[in-house]
Amino acid sequence: MAATTSAALSGGKIIAAIKASGVDYILSVPDIVTSSGLLAPIADDKALRLVRVCKEDECIGIASGLSYSDTRALILIQHTGFLDSINAIRGIAVDYQQPICMMVGLLQHDPEVAPRASPSYGVRIVEPILDDMGIAHHLINADADVGKIKPEIDAAYRESHPVVFLIGRSPS
Amino acid sequence: MMKREECFRILARHIKDEAVVATYSSAFEWDAIKPRALNYLSIGAMGLDSSHGLGLALGRPDRRVIVLQGDGSLLMNLGSLVTIAAVAPKNLVHLVAHNGTYEANGSHPLPEPRVDFAGMARAAGYAAVYDFADLEIFTQQIAHVLEQDGPVFATLRVEPSGPLTYDYRRIYDPAKRRAFKAAW
Repeated sequence: MAATTSAALSGGKIIAAIKASGVDYILSVPDIVTSSGLLAPIADDKALRLVRVCKEDECIGIASGLSYSDTRALILIQHTGFLDSINAIRGIAVDYQQPICMMVGLLQHDPEVAPRASPSYGVRIVEPILDDMGIAHHLINADADVGKIKPEIDAAYRESHPVVFLIGRSPS
Repeated sequence: MMKREECFRILARHIKDEAVVATYSSAFEWDAIKPRALNYLSIGAMGLDSSHGLGLALGRPDRRVIVLQGDGSLLMNLGSLVTIAAVAPKNLVHLVAHNGTYEANGSHPLPEPRVDFAGMARAAGYAAVYDFADLEIFTQQIAHVLEQDGPVFATLRVEPSGPLTYDYRRIYDPAKRRAFKAAW
């Protein structure tokens, strides 16, 4: 099965979309897929406040606390950290219907292959888990996908529900 | 050694418009002593109380946040000590009731009940750290603990409580979350 194919995914365009979404805080544990293309420039960007956490599930609690003052946050983690945080996501994002917005790097993912068909077991199970949990998710594999970010973050905060953006290739 | 309920009754005398984050046994005891819209009780996953508290504190730097965490909960999220110390919110007070047991799950002991939480918070870099085992000293110092620049950490060395009624449907009622948001 083929995924969206295009040569490039611009980190700068993703960051511009994050800012346009009204996000103030980035909550992150480093992820090698998004390390140089997203996290490094975000760390240098004075318009975004970066909170480096020790373990990914902390991000879910912090984002929830921030949401009560209508302060927007985006969680930037690797899919292994997403899997480690499932109970927090279940409790806070799904049971409590909180606007938890996650950007999840798919480690060892081949962007020319759909995540469900990935030879990596860890990548292959991510979308089915999100489907079972009823969490909206969007594959960001190329610049053409970046336009999904702002309307989906706006909707998550307007309607109070979680959303996940799966980063399918390392942004440049 | 103190009783958690006694500590909370003394704490309640000093509460104004702070958010109070509490979970499990602490949540039931606190909400019975001081029921109010600004009690934040929906944690969603054990251990994340301190992380919710950090998010609340960052979102409203003009308001103070008090976290009432259990020792078993903090053990599940020890990294949050380092995260909170690094972010250093001046408006966060982190109180941990240390009774050495997983009280809400059958009162089984912690892997090591003698663990030194205050020492960990000090090593992580909290601005101020206390370790209370005497109710008279706690009573004398709690006003200062709540007012000083944070992040402030305090261990409350308490006895395990008697049987509590755990009505989770009541404290996790969505209406409580809506009321908190309206009041925050």
